[in-house]
Amino acid sequence: MSNQTRMNVTVTEVVEVNSLIKRFRFVREDGGAMPGFSGGAHTVVEMDDNGTRRLNAYSLMSDPADSSGYEISVRRDDSGRGGSLFMHKGVKPGMKMVISQPVNLFGLDLRARKHLMIAGGIGITPFIAQMAQLDSLGHRFELHYAARDADLCAYGAELSARYGERLHRYYDVEKQAIDLANLLKTQPIGTHLYVCGPKGMIGWVLSTAQKMGWPKGALHSEEFLAPPVGEAFTVQLSRSGVSIDVGPTQSMLEALEAAGIDAPYLCRGGACGQCECKVDAAEGEILHYDHWLSDDQKAAKTHIMPCVSRFKGERLVIDL
Amino acid sequence: MSLDAPFKDPFFRDESFFGDYSYRNSPHAVKRFPFPFPEDDYMYSVNMEPHVKGRPGSVFEHYFDVDEHYVSEMRDRARVLEQDPLRCQSLPHMTLAGWDLLELIMEKFAEDYPHWFSLTKDGNRWHWINRPLGIDQKFTFLDESTLPYGPFEYITRQAQGDFTLQDQREDNLWIEAGMVTSQADWSLDFDIGMNFHEWHAPVPLAHQMGIFDRALKFLLALQYGAPVRRFNWTMTVDPLLDTSPENYPKWGPSKTTMTPETIGQRQHLRVELQTLIRLPRSNAICFPIRCYLISLDDLVTQPKWARRFHRVIRGLPDELATYKGFIRNKPMILEYLARFDDGAPTSPGWWPED
Repeated sequence: MSNQTRMNVTVTEVVEVNSLIKRFRFVREDGGAMPGFSGGAHTVVEMDDNGTRRLNAYSLMSDPADSSGYEISVRRDDSGRGGSLFMHKGVKPGMKMVISQPVNLFGLDLRARKHLMIAGGIGITPFIAQMAQLDSLGHRFELHYAARDADLCAYGAELSARYGERLHRYYDVEKQAIDLANLLKTQPIGTHLYVCGPKGMIGWVLSTAQKMGWPKGALHSEEFLAPPVGEAFTVQLSRSGVSIDVGPTQSMLEALEAAGIDAPYLCRGGACGQCECKVDAAEGEILHYDHWLSDDQKAAKTHIMPCVSRFKGERLVIDL
Repeated sequence: MSLDAPFKDPFFRDESFFGDYSYRNSPHAVKRFPFPFPEDDYMYSVNMEPHVKGRPGSVFEHYFDVDEHYVSEMRDRARVLEQDPLRCQSLPHMTLAGWDLLELIMEKFAEDYPHWFSLTKDGNRWHWINRPLGIDQKFTFLDESTLPYGPFEYITRQAQGDFTLQDQREDNLWIEAGMVTSQADWSLDFDIGMNFHEWHAPVPLAHQMGIFDRALKFLLALQYGAPVRRFNWTMTVDPLLDTSPENYPKWGPSKTTMTPETIGQRQHLRVELQTLIRLPRSNAICFPIRCYLISLDDLVTQPKWARRFHRVIRGLPDELATYKGFIRNKPMILEYLARFDDGAPTSPGWWPED
């Protein structure tokens, strides 16, 4: 037995779900069973994009009880750094890839009397696995799913067929909107609220719930934060004494890894706090994109999250 | 299931952990005892290492160690539970984590000890055989009604060591299930529902050292497939597994009855091999706390351990000896151990003969 947090897998299916989204299925290369996982978990997919190593986290959307394979859905981001483009253009059935064991930063609270879920766009994926798990456990849940139109409401029709009145769909083009205030007002005591989608939606749902007096412990969110692109910059590492260039479509974490530095990480999306680094000197502006550091820490320029945050200025030195 | 079935395999000792205390370690068990001190002094540390398979014959050989005390320990657990059913509790939302643990233990036992345990699966219809305990159980995975107990209690009645299950939420861990019958003076009934800092509150010194903040951050990121382990230790008079606060009046006074004549036989080093494992379906963390007991008389048969243990106890701060419950007998223990410490250097690491 050796400790293993990565798995060698084969891509067995690539399915075009709609004009923006493709679904990928992975099975283990050795034919073994995939580990069970908890709804809301993600896997980190390793990509070799023409020599650039990319590691992107994607929510697992297959049924957690299905140990024959894992499925993810990837939304193509034409202006992004290239990870989703690589998945869309470069990944074909039969390809060998490496993915991480599941990690869950958006877990269900199984104490809840009811699970109220709000999804925006591709934010539907963790809920697909969560609903499968809740359904088999016999838990009460309800999902409200907003998308631009019926085509981009991926899996909407199948989910409606499976879950009936527990599923509610809203299309922006038809000016349908979630009546959030009313929805939150009419939930039974002990309901937990989960939201996954674009930043604006998460902010709207959480702030509305907080204003209405929902307890903080009953609110759960996960934002799909890809490392933003930006201007190239250089970071100096005080302990190892090296300087590393970070390219415009590369995150600082990826640049560190490319230089052979084994930096800790889990989510690669500014949420989990694992990659937090102390800043020794910052002559310039740290572009904080994470949800981890407090506003005070961000303003004080004492810490940085290399997975998503960038720098603009003369000199950045971090304690690594 | 019958725990009164005769012990068919002579490997398993028929012994007691109370009353006449017939518990003994065979010479083989002494040699493989997990002596927890890699150097001559001891201070708190998180001291985690990956839980990977180690030396053949050692307690690290398998994922879970099943040793010669297995059958008698399980009989002792059943006895304690009969007197106090609250030693096993699982809050309702932890049932799924209980199934995760049941699967893990059954799979690892069957894989590592195929001559004693077997698990066959046909979808969710499972067949479990535990030969040492005389159990033959067909059941449906994830269907509680097909087992005589809930999944957590069912499987931890068949596995040595205490177990707790921690739910993860709000960037904290919450102890919300436990099977606790061989504990070093802590109470599940008191701790259940507490978070990481709350249940560690009684530990001296470590909070100020920031150990718990670092340990929590580490554990929140504990990954599936990458379990870790550490040792803890204390001292116990007589080989009593159930040193519980609930039963303190029964065992506490034993500390006052030890004499220089009986100390070698009665004073035991109590070692806990603690493992931390991320569970798959529930995302909970399982914490097996496996207790090993060795009398001072047996411990000093290994010259390196005898020398080192004397030095560790001699250098231990009084706060720690108090917390570990042996400050009263510390001078007597030191007097006993000093006879086996000639001052010669010891080799690094905990193996007796390296």
